[in-house]
Amino acid sequence: MSAETFCTYETAWCPGCGNFVILECLKTALEQLGRKPSEVLMAAGIGQAAKTPQYINANAFCGLHGRSLPAAVAAKIANEKLTVVVDTGDGDSYGEGGNHFIHNIRRNVDIAHFVHDNQIYGLTKGQASPTSVIGLVTGVQTDGNFTEPLNPVLVAIASGAGFVARGFTGHKDQLISLMKQAIEYKGYALVDILQPCVSFNKTNTFTWYNERVYELDESYACTDKPTALQKALEFGDRIPLGILYREEKKTYHQKNEVLKQGVPLLDRKTDTALVNRLIASYV
Amino acid sequence: MLMYNLLFGGAAGQGIETTVAILEKRLKRSGYNVFTVRDFMSRVRGGHNFSLIRFGTEPVYSHSSHVDCIVALDDETILLHRDQLKEDGLILCDSKLSASDPRLIKFDMEGMAKKLGNPRVSGIIAVGILLKLFGETPDGMEDILREFIKQQYLEINLKALQEGYQIARQHYRHLEGKYADWMLISGSKAVALGAVAAGLRFYSAYPMSPSTTIMETLASMADNTGIVVEQAEDEIAAINMAIGASYAGARAMTGTSGGGFSLMVEALGLSGMAEIPLVVIDVQRPGPVTGLPTRTEQSDLKFVISASQGEFPRMVIALRNPSDAFYQTMRAFQIAEKYQIPVILLSDQYLGDASSTVEPFDPERIHVSEPTAEIETEGEYLRYRYSESGISPRLIPGKTSQPVLIDSDEHDERGWITESAEVRTQMMDKRMRKIDGLKQELLEPDFIGSDHFDTLLLGWGSAWGPIAQAVQLLNEDRQGQYAALVFGDIYPLPQKLLTEKASKAKRIINVEQNATGQLAGLIREETGIACTGSILKYDGRQISGEEIAERIRKEGLK
Repeated sequence: MSAETFCTYETAWCPGCGNFVILECLKTALEQLGRKPSEVLMAAGIGQAAKTPQYINANAFCGLHGRSLPAAVAAKIANEKLTVVVDTGDGDSYGEGGNHFIHNIRRNVDIAHFVHDNQIYGLTKGQASPTSVIGLVTGVQTDGNFTEPLNPVLVAIASGAGFVARGFTGHKDQLISLMKQAIEYKGYALVDILQPCVSFNKTNTFTWYNERVYELDESYACTDKPTALQKALEFGDRIPLGILYREEKKTYHQKNEVLKQGVPLLDRKTDTALVNRLIASYV
Repeated sequence: MLMYNLLFGGAAGQGIETTVAILEKRLKRSGYNVFTVRDFMSRVRGGHNFSLIRFGTEPVYSHSSHVDCIVALDDETILLHRDQLKEDGLILCDSKLSASDPRLIKFDMEGMAKKLGNPRVSGIIAVGILLKLFGETPDGMEDILREFIKQQYLEINLKALQEGYQIARQHYRHLEGKYADWMLISGSKAVALGAVAAGLRFYSAYPMSPSTTIMETLASMADNTGIVVEQAEDEIAAINMAIGASYAGARAMTGTSGGGFSLMVEALGLSGMAEIPLVVIDVQRPGPVTGLPTRTEQSDLKFVISASQGEFPRMVIALRNPSDAFYQTMRAFQIAEKYQIPVILLSDQYLGDASSTVEPFDPERIHVSEPTAEIETEGEYLRYRYSESGISPRLIPGKTSQPVLIDSDEHDERGWITESAEVRTQMMDKRMRKIDGLKQELLEPDFIGSDHFDTLLLGWGSAWGPIAQAVQLLNEDRQGQYAALVFGDIYPLPQKLLTEKASKAKRIINVEQNATGQLAGLIREETGIACTGSILKYDGRQISGEEIAERIRKEGLK
């Protein structure tokens, strides 16, 4: 694999972190899609995964913890020519940003959302994340986590997302393919990416994932919602990888009266004569 | 100064808002200078709502509690307001009301409306009666009704208007005013127009009284003017969306009231730190928390000047009247763009919802710059390049071959995260240097009143009108000489005129719609100038010029 266009910078991640694989796959996906760094916007909040935009040669919006989705969709609304990828962690996406996760699925702006899901908080050194398994002992969950883990793919399908997939850092080729399809999908596309946290999650290790995951094959009907919801419930002894649900839907840009005219919002000019007519309507 | 003062009251759901909007527009088009204050309860049905419409041939700066005529849609209106009615005043109401008063004129408006086939037209019958009472004609009413009433109901409303007009007799003299060609507009609608004129492209907000009118006004114009208005899932999303859109090159704004602003606070710092232009309006209402949702207060000043952790440059402009609301909203976009900072506009329910008669706005008066076009840089583009002014060239991502990086972490000139002590200090200094430029931009407060004053009133924002009226009333008394300074630009605090006038004053009285005298506190902190007395009001009801003058006389403030 080569991804020289989106050249690598020095990172601040732990050796062996799943983030390295995700970063490499992301660069490869963008390169294979023929995107130029200046037309790609990487957005993230705060967290270890959220540092990804710093390590890739592209436009970057490193905003507030949990708030990358609203900023990223608005950037896409402003300039539809940008390829917008939100690439951040499970805490950022499902915890602090949980409300934005649900409502941006409803909004269906054409962006890709890649969530580094290691089921733990890394940057703050090992507390439970929204996807942590029951029983996980941490410095805060000292008696073991007893809060029901969030099922992000189930939530996404139930909320009306048109592209919901799961990848794993141990299946690179599939991950690259999922990323490319998500970027090319017209609308909000979620790829929940399982990755080990070598420093803080001693439960969900690479081996733990590797023993459980399997790739969905062509016999799986990813366009049937009840089947997809059923499949999304599967997370235990066996964990399905691939596109869990896909449906073509009208995007925000196709539905909004102003944007559907096809001129990027930032290129529109205000008509002074119209402003004067609006002023005159108050006389 | 001849002026009429009309009180229109009833329960929520009785259509007062539309009826008053129709009436005030007709009076303005007849030449009057019209000023309407709106007093709502936080409910959709029932309760007691009223509007005070004051109109005359001279500018009206403030409402008055001495009423010439009451239009009562329910008995409660009469009970609550009859004491404000002048001796020779009139109360217009429906025959079904039980109240008795020698000043009552009752008409069977409800019966007439039913006969016409729609009980909802009784409000328009009242408008017809009022037009006759005040010596107006129904001419030109069709155009006005068309603005407020659906086509299918136009005919019945015109009939209702004529019937009302026919049954009444003229009671007041028509006064010839010169304001027919002026605008009649509320503060919130003027803010929306100012934003459109400034080239707004994206407005995101979460509905919150009393700020929602701005979003609704923009939404009504959005499709024609090419603006995206997005209702966000919460105020945190609203402000982060505005910042994201602005980063990507669409001029953006968000608006809310104090509670929503509280949620926006962290992102305000993002605009400051990442140097992304942002305009935020806080239409204040009484707090803390839910407070009095539909009422008025000026109690967020100290909050917004210091909101968000850490230190970064910002500007706060308090809107004083609808003209300010238009021009200062435009200017807020210019300052936000030029300095790449958050600019906060402070309005309040009173200013936001009251309509005033103003000279038609001229959008050419304020220039708003576009973001920097593509610049040919030698080598790498530095989003946060050090500069003397603290301002770095802002390129738009996707509009240049160079990537544009912004960061909420402390960053170096490229926008990369850094923990270097040296870079941190240099970057803070760079950002804070913008304040020097901002101080050069400041507009001094409005000076109102006598040059030979001995008492100086100090106020800010929407208190402008009431203070102007108070100074007028107090100077008519000839028991002393009064003047006032009313701040629009308020943070950074303009100090030149303040220092000059304060040094000549024997007494300095701050007039504020809050409990702690926030402007007085800010002035003292910034200049050492201390007020000798204060008029504060925080019951959620707007102070009037009469009230200020009376309190100064009564309390003998020294």
